[in-house]
Amino acid sequence: MTADEARRIVADVPDPEIPVVTIAELGILRDVRIEAGTVVVTITPTYSGCPAMDAIRAEIRARLDEHGVADVDVRTVLSPAWTTDWLTDEARRKLSAYGIAPPAPRAAGSPLLQLGVCCPQCGSFDTRERSRFGSTACQSQYVCRSCLEPFDHFKAH
Amino acid sequence: MTMDAVETYAVRLGDDALVLSQRLAWWASRAPELEEDLALTNIALDLLGQARALLGRAGDEDELAFLRSEREYRNVLLVEQPNGDFAQTIVRQLLFSTFQLARYEALVDAADEVIAGVAAKAVKEVAYHRDHARRWTLRLGDGTDESHARMTAALERLWPYTHELFEGDDVDREAGVDPATLYDGWRADVAETLTAATLDVPADGWRPTGGRQGRHTEALGLLLAEMQSLHRAHPGATW
Repeated sequence: MTADEARRIVADVPDPEIPVVTIAELGILRDVRIEAGTVVVTITPTYSGCPAMDAIRAEIRARLDEHGVADVDVRTVLSPAWTTDWLTDEARRKLSAYGIAPPAPRAAGSPLLQLGVCCPQCGSFDTRERSRFGSTACQSQYVCRSCLEPFDHFKAH
Repeated sequence: MTMDAVETYAVRLGDDALVLSQRLAWWASRAPELEEDLALTNIALDLLGQARALLGRAGDEDELAFLRSEREYRNVLLVEQPNGDFAQTIVRQLLFSTFQLARYEALVDAADEVIAGVAAKAVKEVAYHRDHARRWTLRLGDGTDESHARMTAALERLWPYTHELFEGDDVDREAGVDPATLYDGWRADVAETLTAATLDVPADGWRPTGGRQGRHTEALGLLLAEMQSLHRAHPGATW
């Protein structure tokens, strides 16, 4: 098996908490290579305590195993630190369709400045932050002032 | 087990994060509102992730977390202090996360790649933790007579434990950053928040210390007894 073939197999592993997007689209999948017959898959966590990492590791192994690849090494790297700048345009589109406002481009300086969050239900920018912490580490809670719907926002990070 | 300076340092940082994580996790289902339940436990989860990477740099994370005694823990005394009321939890968060953020910022360029990697991720996370504590401090300090009185009491209770944060030794200087160099920035930052919250900066007085040498307050033993009981009853158990 080539590295490209292995990459195609693992790239579609869904995020366990937001299953509409894949680990490749989220930027969690950093590298796939073959080292002396072993498929080496390198992933990076979105947040230090992201509880999805164990499930992602298991799913990577399971998918490669289905293709007859038993010699697998899943490595976790912290550096360079994951950022929402790595989300693909496809991931942003899928998140929005799923009801999660995708991250705006990061403001220079503080990660706390979140600019122009757009309501995924009605498209209004007249939204307000309800809590900086949400149902997963990577999300915050918003409410739309136009359609009054609450929604999750994928924090720019 | 003998550890080199980097491993010793990783345990210090890891224990600070682990013990505070365990404290904050207690608030799950007990916070004043649902959003606060989520906030405090999200913060606990960030800290747990940092602790796992740091303890993993020094040895086996499970052995270090679940099989060390109280005297072998190297966290500062501040993080083990009881949750108290909500004001005490928030004041502890403000005092510690302001310090922890400055320390991680200084460690982004650390020589050890694990410590530098944890720091680079953690600065973004702890910026949220500090901001969360600052917002509550403003609301409660400049709130009702009752909330102001509780915040004042919490500050008086916890302020003595902040001095230990800035005690550095050769391990800190060799593997990371001398915390003494972070004091002026920390004090100015905390004083600015307290003043904006109409709270007084407490006078310096009693300076309890000893966490880095394993001399802890009574609170840590009780915390560890709860945290370690399952692992000690069922060694090697997995989900």
